[in-house]
Amino acid sequence: MKKLGFYPGCSLKGSSSEYAQSVLAVAKAFDLELTEINDWNCCGATAAHNMNKELALSLSARILALAEKQGMTEVVVPCAACYNRLTVTQHELNKDEALKQRVSDIIEMPISGNLQILNVMQLIDKYVADRLEEKVTTPFGHKVACYYGCLLVRPHNILQFDRLEDPQSMDILMKRSGAEPIAWGFKTECCGAGFSVSRTDVVAKLSGNIVKDAADRGAEAIIVACPMCQSNLDMRRPQINEYLKQKIDIPVLYITQAIGLAVGLSPKEVGLQKHFVPVEFSEQH
Amino acid sequence: MSKIGVFICHCGENISATVDCEKVAAEAGKMEGVEFATDYKYMCSDPGQTLIKNAIKEKGLTGVVVGACSPRMHEPTFRKACAEAGLNPYLCEMSNLREHCSWVHEKNEQTTEKAIDLVKMLVEKVKKNKPLNAIKVPITKKALVIGGGIAGIQAALDIANAGQQVIMVEKEPSIGGHMSQLSETFPTLDCSQCILTPRMVEVAQHPNITLYTYAELEHLDGFIGNFKATIRLKAKSVDYKLCTGCGLCTTKCPSKKIPSEFNEGLGMRTAIYTPFPQAVPNKPVIDRANCTYYQKGKCKVCEKVCPTGAIQYDLPDQFITEDIGAVVIATGFNVLKTDFFPEYGYGKYADVLTGLQFERLASASGPTLGEIRRPSDGQIPKKIVFIACSGSRDPAKGIPYCSKICCMYTAKHAMLYQHKVHDGESYVFYMDIRAGGKNYEEFVRRAIEDDGVNYIRGRVARIYEKGGKYIVKGADTLLGSKPVEIEADMVVLATAGVSNPGAEELAQKMHVSYDAYKFFAEAHPKLKPVETNTAGIFLCGACQAPKDIPETVGMASGAAAKVIGLFSNSELTREPLIAVVNRSAPPVFSTCVGCCMCQTACPYNAIEREEIKGRDGSVIKTVAKVNPGLCQGCGTCVAFCRSKAIDMQGFSNEQMFAEVMALLNE
Repeated sequence: MKKLGFYPGCSLKGSSSEYAQSVLAVAKAFDLELTEINDWNCCGATAAHNMNKELALSLSARILALAEKQGMTEVVVPCAACYNRLTVTQHELNKDEALKQRVSDIIEMPISGNLQILNVMQLIDKYVADRLEEKVTTPFGHKVACYYGCLLVRPHNILQFDRLEDPQSMDILMKRSGAEPIAWGFKTECCGAGFSVSRTDVVAKLSGNIVKDAADRGAEAIIVACPMCQSNLDMRRPQINEYLKQKIDIPVLYITQAIGLAVGLSPKEVGLQKHFVPVEFSEQH
Repeated sequence: MSKIGVFICHCGENISATVDCEKVAAEAGKMEGVEFATDYKYMCSDPGQTLIKNAIKEKGLTGVVVGACSPRMHEPTFRKACAEAGLNPYLCEMSNLREHCSWVHEKNEQTTEKAIDLVKMLVEKVKKNKPLNAIKVPITKKALVIGGGIAGIQAALDIANAGQQVIMVEKEPSIGGHMSQLSETFPTLDCSQCILTPRMVEVAQHPNITLYTYAELEHLDGFIGNFKATIRLKAKSVDYKLCTGCGLCTTKCPSKKIPSEFNEGLGMRTAIYTPFPQAVPNKPVIDRANCTYYQKGKCKVCEKVCPTGAIQYDLPDQFITEDIGAVVIATGFNVLKTDFFPEYGYGKYADVLTGLQFERLASASGPTLGEIRRPSDGQIPKKIVFIACSGSRDPAKGIPYCSKICCMYTAKHAMLYQHKVHDGESYVFYMDIRAGGKNYEEFVRRAIEDDGVNYIRGRVARIYEKGGKYIVKGADTLLGSKPVEIEADMVVLATAGVSNPGAEELAQKMHVSYDAYKFFAEAHPKLKPVETNTAGIFLCGACQAPKDIPETVGMASGAAAKVIGLFSNSELTREPLIAVVNRSAPPVFSTCVGCCMCQTACPYNAIEREEIKGRDGSVIKTVAKVNPGLCQGCGTCVAFCRSKAIDMQGFSNEQMFAEVMALLNE
């Protein structure tokens, strides 16, 4: 059994616990053991790097240093924002030795900067992809709109992951899980992100445009890999529908939930019951 | 016994402000072997030169040292003066007291001391100088022009009209290049074909031009004035002596679904084809990769219908060798496909086109006979979006440089669209409008003001299809980055101009340098724009960098003028400052042992092997030999030679040691 580190971040412990549940369930189904980093802290998210660069780097650096200290070489980071912060931090520290030393002094721990940081797509690609088709028992036979959001593939020069404006990795994995990914125009458009709380009207509009295009093109589900995207498209659906003046009820699934269903996990095992927009077709699985 | 004259120049105050020139001259006068030493305010002036000439004659000088500016500045001046006074010009040396001393030091004792040392070195060197004579190389007065686009056509016609022979090699079945694909040309909206095709015909009919189409340069040997070019004549499968160009074969060919290169894939052609109706020569070739007979062994329809029996399936590629004196590279450019902009959907959406494809749509000879119609459904687009800089000026995704022509052709495209679709709406997304050139800015203003093209300053983020329309999402940065969404029927991408796929290989074949983007490199960006760093090879047009037609034509005429200038001499005179392998009397013949390490070291392919034969013809010894026509005098071989058998004329080891010892023997 392959052992990997796991950084859940705040979302996966709260509003999107079903993401964590499905990631762990899929990992288990493919004989991967994810071990949570002990004593982890906040990644800094959007707030920290807008306020203080050193603070932002130090928060993420502490997580990296802990992982290293606990003997991990690879860490799975399912949240797109956490993934972005950790990857960017490691990159920044590796390119500036003096900065790395300063941050190391702040967190009072050494950092080597050699950690492999994997998002869910990279995890699947690396450890699951070659066994995916043979493991699929109930193909996810639906038209899906793969929605990447803003952070998953950016900044490109650091992440070096997928194409910037028309990414493909999720589409490819969904296709191999038996789904039919649609071509659409909103793969990386903004969902409204943190305005979910302060300006719900903005989120209703931005997320609404995304949901509407997916629905117009016949998608039966939207597939995401980011807790923020999921909550905006799912939890804000009443406001979205109000903005669109139209009731759209296509569900929003994490990629790990969709793959989980395809490899024979039950809806409950991947936490489908936690969604606001009911996942109607789940009974077929 | 040497009689050296030393002449110290003040260069106005350039030297004398920090160097005590009188003292330098006085000290030089005391040096061993110096017969005469003096100083003067402007040694390069007529009285200054007369001073030198008179001293040579009166004192019978055997060598001259001029302490003045850089030899790059005035060495030819002083050598000429010496020659006029009857002294071999290579017995004159310059000591650089300006750039190497007065300009870079403060006024003090040491500066003058250094000047004296610099003079002393050259005095010791010139004692060892030997009289040299300029090298004469014969010239083959025939030029090879590679590429039959507008650049090659212009260069070939200019050279041919000056009475010199030209061989033109074009890799496609017809000459004409990209210009023949264009609809109308900015800023005058001349019909491209109308101004080009007569020149194409002129090339074909010119008595001084030999045209090889469907041909490529295979190999180039030799040096300026004396190149040997091997040309591959690709098998046309049609005997051009018999073919009358009637075109029956092209109408009967059953393979009709091959995307036409000339129409940029917007039209189809047959397997036996002439690229376009006005092609020169107007005779077909068989595209063997797409021909049913070559692929499956059956068909031969063209052979059956040909009234003159010109079809010959088993003609192989032929190779011919030509002696030529100069080469003009005019291989043009290519248009970058938009792989690195997947979000624009080129290749995925039928109505997202490149600029060159739009040219074909707008051209009267194009697949729609000049009507702007969507490739997807043949409808006339009512709303069209042009995206400038689709790849250019984008180091993150495309190329960092500006492709130069796109601003202008995009304005032209929008204008042509408005002229053809009166109720249509056109939009241009741009970064900056770069319209430098005669009547260019006015042309763009005309598009905006008279033809009502909507210019939006901003980038396009993505294009996606919705209900048969293309949703173009961008930003208007002049309105505070306001998001803009246009439902377009057609989108035209002004893709970057890039080098041709074979450019790098061709450059290596000819030993011509090229830049990071595989464009051919000029010898000097300002003062030698049509020369390459290899003597006798010139370049013009978009193979050097993207450029428009007027600039290309100007450059082509420039390259032609260089060729004509070269051919105006029957012999080529070259500086004798080259490497030579020593030769001596038998039984040694040369200290060269024939290891030919120098051959691998030489960057100019100037060293060959030579067999020294006895009277009975038997080989006594193999030694290296420097070709004086090719040697550039870099000296690399001298450093490599294990047996010190090679020396540089004018910079011999003996001379260099003399200079160094002059400094050490204080």
